[in-house]
Amino acid sequence: MTAPRTPAVGAPTARLEGPAKVTGTAPYAYEHPATDPLYLHPVLSTVARGRATVVHTAEAELLKGVHAVLTSANAPRLADTEDAEFAVLQSDEVAFRGQFVAAVVAETPETAREAAALVRVEYEERPHEVELDPGHQDLHTPRESDTGSPPDTRQGDVEAELARAVVLVDEVYRTPRQDNNPMEPHTTVALWETLPDRLTLYDSTQGVHTVRETMAAVFGLDPENVRVTAPHVGGGFGAKGAAKAHNVLAGLAARAVPGRTVKFALTRRHMFSLVGYRSPTVQRIRLGADAAGRLGAVVHDSTGLTSRVKEYVEQSGLCSRMMYAAPARATTHRLAALDVPIPFWMRAPGEAPGMFALETAMDELAEACGVDPVELRVRNEPGADPETGRPWSGRRLVECLREGAERFGWYERDPSPGPHRDGQWLVGTGVASAVHPRANNPGSVAEVEYGSDGRYTVSIGAVDIGTGARTALTQISAEALDCPVGRVRLRIGDSDLPGATVAGGSSGTSSWGTAVFEAVRAFRDEHGADPGPGARTRAEASHNPDLERYAMYSFGAHFAEVRVHADTGEVRVPRMLGVFSVGRVINPRTARSQLVGGMVMGLSAALHEHSVVDPRHGHVVNGDLAGYHVATNADVGGVEAHWLDETDPHLNPMGAAGVGEIGIVGMPAAIGNAARHATGLRVRELPLTPDRFLH
Amino acid sequence: MDTTITLHVDGEERVLTVDTRTTLLDALRDRLGSTSPKKGCDHGQCGACTVLLDERRVLSCLSLAVAHDGARVTTAAGLAARDELHPVARAVLDHDGLQCGYCTPGQVCSAVGMLAEAGAGWPSHATEDLTAAVELDDAEIRERMSGNLCRCGAYANIVAAIREVSG
Repeated sequence: MTAPRTPAVGAPTARLEGPAKVTGTAPYAYEHPATDPLYLHPVLSTVARGRATVVHTAEAELLKGVHAVLTSANAPRLADTEDAEFAVLQSDEVAFRGQFVAAVVAETPETAREAAALVRVEYEERPHEVELDPGHQDLHTPRESDTGSPPDTRQGDVEAELARAVVLVDEVYRTPRQDNNPMEPHTTVALWETLPDRLTLYDSTQGVHTVRETMAAVFGLDPENVRVTAPHVGGGFGAKGAAKAHNVLAGLAARAVPGRTVKFALTRRHMFSLVGYRSPTVQRIRLGADAAGRLGAVVHDSTGLTSRVKEYVEQSGLCSRMMYAAPARATTHRLAALDVPIPFWMRAPGEAPGMFALETAMDELAEACGVDPVELRVRNEPGADPETGRPWSGRRLVECLREGAERFGWYERDPSPGPHRDGQWLVGTGVASAVHPRANNPGSVAEVEYGSDGRYTVSIGAVDIGTGARTALTQISAEALDCPVGRVRLRIGDSDLPGATVAGGSSGTSSWGTAVFEAVRAFRDEHGADPGPGARTRAEASHNPDLERYAMYSFGAHFAEVRVHADTGEVRVPRMLGVFSVGRVINPRTARSQLVGGMVMGLSAALHEHSVVDPRHGHVVNGDLAGYHVATNADVGGVEAHWLDETDPHLNPMGAAGVGEIGIVGMPAAIGNAARHATGLRVRELPLTPDRFLH
Repeated sequence: MDTTITLHVDGEERVLTVDTRTTLLDALRDRLGSTSPKKGCDHGQCGACTVLLDERRVLSCLSLAVAHDGARVTTAAGLAARDELHPVARAVLDHDGLQCGYCTPGQVCSAVGMLAEAGAGWPSHATEDLTAAVELDDAEIRERMSGNLCRCGAYANIVAAIREVSG
């Protein structure tokens, strides 16, 4: 008789790699040991559009220690450049400022950098356009949004509902370009071996298999001959969610010096043109309501930019399709294709800017109707998904709002609009809802093996980018295997392991955990409860029909207290509180960190983040961490994340949704709404810098 | 130009030849394989490369290796003694003051250096009374740790960890 075991799932297990991380001994991509590595330093275009007509490399080549200088004139042709992002050094065309035009491979980082500086490029410049200006630009409708949903939707008689509205909010909200800026710059360490051609990458990526597939295609290699590993990754927030041009450049360089390892770490400045960013948005929201604030129409028109190289759409309008009940609604997405680097995923792509607009507009509606902002949202709660009519797998927004209001002390506020003065500070509180789709992406495979030491090895090519996935998956494995976590050995972060989907879209734990559950089920079917050493089974996550039957979203409610200095306009956020509905929480310790981390990034977006593009030259003027401000320790006051005790019976075998993104969604609106309550000023554009409050 | 220097890294004497342009950070990471200090910006803007140089916290990316011939360098790896985590590192782990972990060794070194500074009575921007002993309240800790960026947003837990150690 053994004592009952503490359930693995739900325990606040400390990060398994924590000791290695606090001592700095956990190896990130650059730190993979290599004998006599070479170092790559790139040369980036200094014009926004044109041709690199001549690239003078002689001086660089003469420098002692230089092994190769790659340009479009001597770089090998790639096998597949259908995706233009990967057509690195394949022509002399320059499509944006900061594109690769050459690269040096040398014995030391210093030599590589010096040689890169000696490469002289002559350009034929062409006129360019880099700033989003929807009033004066050709806009087009994107092919399809990032999630495969249509760019435009329309339900009900929008015009009639708007005409009938007693209260109308019709405002334009703007969010700036933001850059992910994970602490670890994108890094690829590449080794090309011959006979047969084989490419190994130690990469800072959110998906080893996705990088492997891209590199195999681009270089015309059998996927079996490409290996990508990522044991530890220093954050990504979407920017490491796919292969990028630097992976290809590292591969080209490695091919030029077969048998020698090439290390390529982007500098912080390089990241501002090469790894993706969040498009600026201009969003018009129209809300038509009756006198009590019940919505008749929700219209959300979002415009962003994309690169002429490759289309990407920031899907800011999706949240308005499902967030609130209304008989009529319309959403549109438009893009201006410009001579800019390629935008890409940044934490909660679409939802983050979209919910700044929608939730600020809801606050304006509450004020116009004289209804409490919490109550207004409760009044517009839909019984089923307004877009599809599907039942919710679990929609508990109202409980999040109610519990958050109670915990925060919401009703102690003076509901009148500001200014509300406390000495030299104007003080206010604000609320906003949060939402993020619950995902369970198909395609992941897991393998379970029983070892002679009595431990189970669970293998899956997942990546822990700081989410705590390594720990959560170990807990999930222990639950599935019905054994203590100490008897599970988890292997992740290597494309030689069974295939896994990317760590993005808050889908990792859900998708990979599903595969682990299926693999364990198959293992038990095959080997029983008492397997012999060497027993091994591999299984792929099977199709979950509930994904098409239910509308699956996580929800949350953000509350913020904001103080704005009456004389300087300085904005402080002494208190943030969020209550979330995210299904079952696998690990409260790491989940809380993710939720709080998202809220802090929301605070950062609210107060600081703005990549300023110079329209004359096309570069980000503040393209480093001194100029691109992110929240520091001193910006963060009290921050609390709570969640409802629940499980999602439809999403996956764990009943758990990902929690990586929802924390950022709505946070900037809650802060902006609080600033409005504090000052009486409504700011409809991020970030909320001091100048906006000085009138 | 190359120069041969000696560094005492985490208690071990290391003789190495560096380019005079080599930063202390690159000397540690590329020449000595001491990769506990991280490179986040290479411009002294993020703090990920923080090490203790003769017991004071410095940004190793802004220090030239040749300028520190003979120096004692302690990284977060060297703070651990005989597999026993340093109390600051232990507290950061216990409070989950990390996520991706890339800024963490710098945070730990910075906190160790900061605690010594506060103990020596150095004031900060947040200090009310410049003549009294420093009382490390949350505002002081936040201010003194703001040179170390954490994009994962683990600040609140980092503050809790340091509060525990300093209390």
